Amino acid sequence: MNELRRGLLGRGAALLCLPVLGALPAAARAQGGKPIRIGLSIAQTGPLGAAGKSGLLALQIWRDDVNAAGGLLGRPVELVVYDDQSNAALTPGIYTKLLDVDKVDLLIAPYSTNLTAPLMPLVKQRDRLLIGNFALDANAQIRHDKYFNIQPWGSPREACAPFFMLARKLGAKSAAILAADAEYAQNIAGAARALLPEYGLQSVYDQNYPPNTVDFSSIVRTIRAKKPDVVFVASYPADSTAIMRSVSEIGIGDSVKLFGGGMVGLQYATLLESLGSMLNGVVNYHTWVPEKSMDFPGVREFVVRYQARAKQANVDPLGFYVPPFDYAIGQLLAQAVAATKSLDHAVLATYIRDNEIKTIVGGIRYAPGGEWLAPRIVYVQFQGIADKNLDQFRSPGKQVIVAPDAFKTGEVRPFSQLRQSN
Amino acid sequence: MGHWHRFSLGAVAVLAAAVVATQVVDNEYFFYAGYVVLQFVVLATAWNILGGYAGYVNFGSGAFFAVGAYVAVALIKAFAAPLLVQVLAAMAVTGLMGFAVGAMTLRLRGIFFSIATVAVAVICETAVMNWGFVGGARGVAVLAPPPMLFSSTTRLLFVVMTLFALLAVAVARSIQTSWIGRGLRALRDSEEAAESLGVPTLKLKLFAATTSGALMGLAGAPFPLYMNFIEPTSAFSLNYAVSALAMPIIGGTASWIGPVIGAVLLGSVQQIVTVTVSSELNVLIVGVVLVVFVVVAPQGILGLLRRLAGRGGPQ
Amino acid sequence: MPLELLVEAILAGVLLGGFYAAVSVGLSVAFGLIDVPHIAHPAFLVLGAFGAYLLGGYGIDPLLAGVLLTPVFFLAGLALYRFYHAVFERRGSDAGLRGLAFFFGVAFIVEVALILAFGVDQRMVEAPYIGRSIALGEMRVPIRMLVAFGVALLLTGGLAVYLSRTFTGRAIKAVAQDQTALALMGADPVRIKQWAFGIATGTCALSGALLIIIGPVEPGLGRLYIGRTFCVVVLAGLGSMPGTLTAGVILGVAESVVLTSLGASWAPAVAFGLLLLVLAVRPTGLFGR
Repeated sequence: MNELRRGLLGRGAALLCLPVLGALPAAARAQGGKPIRIGLSIAQTGPLGAAGKSGLLALQIWRDDVNAAGGLLGRPVELVVYDDQSNAALTPGIYTKLLDVDKVDLLIAPYSTNLTAPLMPLVKQRDRLLIGNFALDANAQIRHDKYFNIQPWGSPREACAPFFMLARKLGAKSAAILAADAEYAQNIAGAARALLPEYGLQSVYDQNYPPNTVDFSSIVRTIRAKKPDVVFVASYPADSTAIMRSVSEIGIGDSVKLFGGGMVGLQYATLLESLGSMLNGVVNYHTWVPEKSMDFPGVREFVVRYQARAKQANVDPLGFYVPPFDYAIGQLLAQAVAATKSLDHAVLATYIRDNEIKTIVGGIRYAPGGEWLAPRIVYVQFQGIADKNLDQFRSPGKQVIVAPDAFKTGEVRPFSQLRQSN
Repeated sequence: MGHWHRFSLGAVAVLAAAVVATQVVDNEYFFYAGYVVLQFVVLATAWNILGGYAGYVNFGSGAFFAVGAYVAVALIKAFAAPLLVQVLAAMAVTGLMGFAVGAMTLRLRGIFFSIATVAVAVICETAVMNWGFVGGARGVAVLAPPPMLFSSTTRLLFVVMTLFALLAVAVARSIQTSWIGRGLRALRDSEEAAESLGVPTLKLKLFAATTSGALMGLAGAPFPLYMNFIEPTSAFSLNYAVSALAMPIIGGTASWIGPVIGAVLLGSVQQIVTVTVSSELNVLIVGVVLVVFVVVAPQGILGLLRRLAGRGGPQ
Repeated sequence: MPLELLVEAILAGVLLGGFYAAVSVGLSVAFGLIDVPHIAHPAFLVLGAFGAYLLGGYGIDPLLAGVLLTPVFFLAGLALYRFYHAVFERRGSDAGLRGLAFFFGVAFIVEVALILAFGVDQRMVEAPYIGRSIALGEMRVPIRMLVAFGVALLLTGGLAVYLSRTFTGRAIKAVAQDQTALALMGADPVRIKQWAFGIATGTCALSGALLIIIGPVEPGLGRLYIGRTFCVVVLAGLGSMPGTLTAGVILGVAESVVLTSLGASWAPAVAFGLLLLVLAVRPTGLFGR
């Protein structure tokens, strides 16, 4: 009898104290003034932390700009930010918290594809507007009608095509594809794979690796043995670093004319500095570099302001890759809210779908599905990079844009030629 | 069987309270967090059947949980199977896994058994990562159809998991109070002695392992519908293994109530800490509390309560 | 797979295996010889790696850092064993589960402490032998792997000599076999075991330094090494030093060949698969006592 009572009381008491969880945050929020709250999680630690933090700074700069100009709809803007630690498993919980506990007005997705994919079912179920933050093709399966991505890719196919045009220009005949077994890498590698026959390339190696692979010597060795002309890699920052180190250590072979493609991380200042001359010859995607062809109105001025604050905030000092686009996220939301004078997600979504959005990275029009109608991704080749010198990247000429033709500022050269040792 | 009568009444009362809560409580996050606590009640109770009653420490609980979840996902993708089918299938598969693990106890004792359970867990995880049909390492999204009778899937699953928790506890309780429980206790204290007394140790171990595995699969089956997304690294996370082990130890491994107490207390603390502070602190708390209890209060909270109530001595 | 690639994979596997042996010697002593369920061993390896990283910030070479930290780890090991023995080894039947749970908890605490101190990011060190390789015909052998293999030989060889030639060493081997007889010979078994555990923990300083020489480390790395270290120790035959080296090499070659032929997706399962195989077929290991 005692046993049962204890058990019942215990369980009953436990069930009753759980509502405390719900009451806590509501009680803590009882202040005056009604700011517009924008909720997001962004990687501030972990492999994606470098880029995440730089993006967050850009959003904070945007928030300060908006508030200095009187806010949105006359109300101040507030950012509610969590750190997802570059861990995809945490994002559904965080966004549930943002919706149910913090009760934010607007949502921005986490930085990167891998962390956005787990969220898509949740936002579709709750029918919320979500602005993507560098998420490649995250909406392809869910087809949510209130999702709009900020990232100059377009579709994965359009994203890879310039790389393979370079392959054709260099006279390549065989290709190797190496991709992480994760959302982003698989999306882009899948597109690359489909493009091979169109560019007359034969596949000699096509492998995935588990996302937490640390040692790539076996993989590099195997690729080298196949003697490919082109090596297309889709990787995330930690693996990108490890792959570049491995290639520099044991070599990828003299046959390789084109190496790189979809390696995330080779845009971060920290990696640029630590990899240094190991980057020479690599042709990789980028979103914005200080080359003449990418001088959109407002972007240079923003980068200067960002760089001034970056030093104090101890984030990516260059600010080329993510910050201009995260600032654009803010501009997108501001334009939609100001034009419709509403915070209703359906109204905002309709506006964004039907209108051109003006940002510091150019004017954006959306295709159904939420990606950009006209991609603006570029491929740069690292040429003449010296070790341990971050400032060399501030001026043009080190990350030469070699494709697409619309933005080209230099000619591509074969990979093996630009390597010191192989 | 009077105590069963009272137990059933208590169980019905708890279930009713849960259903009422879904109609009355407004905050959705309450159910989101509550589901996790209930899930740990099932996991902790399941672990305790093999770990507490029989003394075989399973470090691979995460794998049983995840396999249960992935069987459910596979059925959703293949046949759009209803929840009941997913659950039954999950329990069948993880029960079989449990049987295999139980068979391992023939050759392996103590730490060797535990390491072998880690091995099984990693191999399962690697296999799932290479199984493209359920998304491999990328994971896969699961969209649930809108639920009947409840305003959201989370609330429905909250009630479902309450039911599962009651089921698991009932199973544990019936094992504990039956001859099976006595046999398991005997072999936990000394396997050779039990065998020499005629206790059918192998059959008991197989039974305990199979039941434990099946119940862990039960905990995992609704997980894909709850998260709407599943990927191997978080599904197979070591945190499940540690929690499944820490909660019974904290609550007390001797009785079915121990895992419940441990799961409710530790699970709630974890949820509160994750919301208000950070998830690292969450893991640190589990580690520290585990060490403290193992050193200071080996019989868990139950043991402390018993000592306070004046009833000293072993169970 | 072309022959040349296979040869290169095997060679790389041998060197890798040496590294695995080096990180497992501590466990061979702690678990193999004195039966402590030291599941926190990989966590201490990571601790050693971060120690090398910390000292690397002052410009100290990682190997030197490892050597410098060895006495610190040794003393820590002495203290930890004293505590473990007082709480767990004295008590009764339940002690097995609780001892295991204790070390599990310790491993978790170490990991989280590292996260709180260093963050979850990967850390690396720089050294002249990291990042370069020597060419043997078409093959390339990374110098850091040669360094790891050399250290492995030193550690296993050194410990083998210690265990067979010195009084304490032989006492350690004896205490594993027959505690009472040892006590009758005038040596205190508890102090001997404590000394052994100290040595085991001490090796984690240098082995941990090897960890960060081989590749980047982050606080959760220990989980990847639970399988490998236990696989090596069990395959070796509990407590055998030459066994540890051999077992390490076998594991290294197996992983390298699987990685090269089947691809990286199956790599995590190699160590555990091998472990299960050994436990099923020959639980006493290759050189078992």
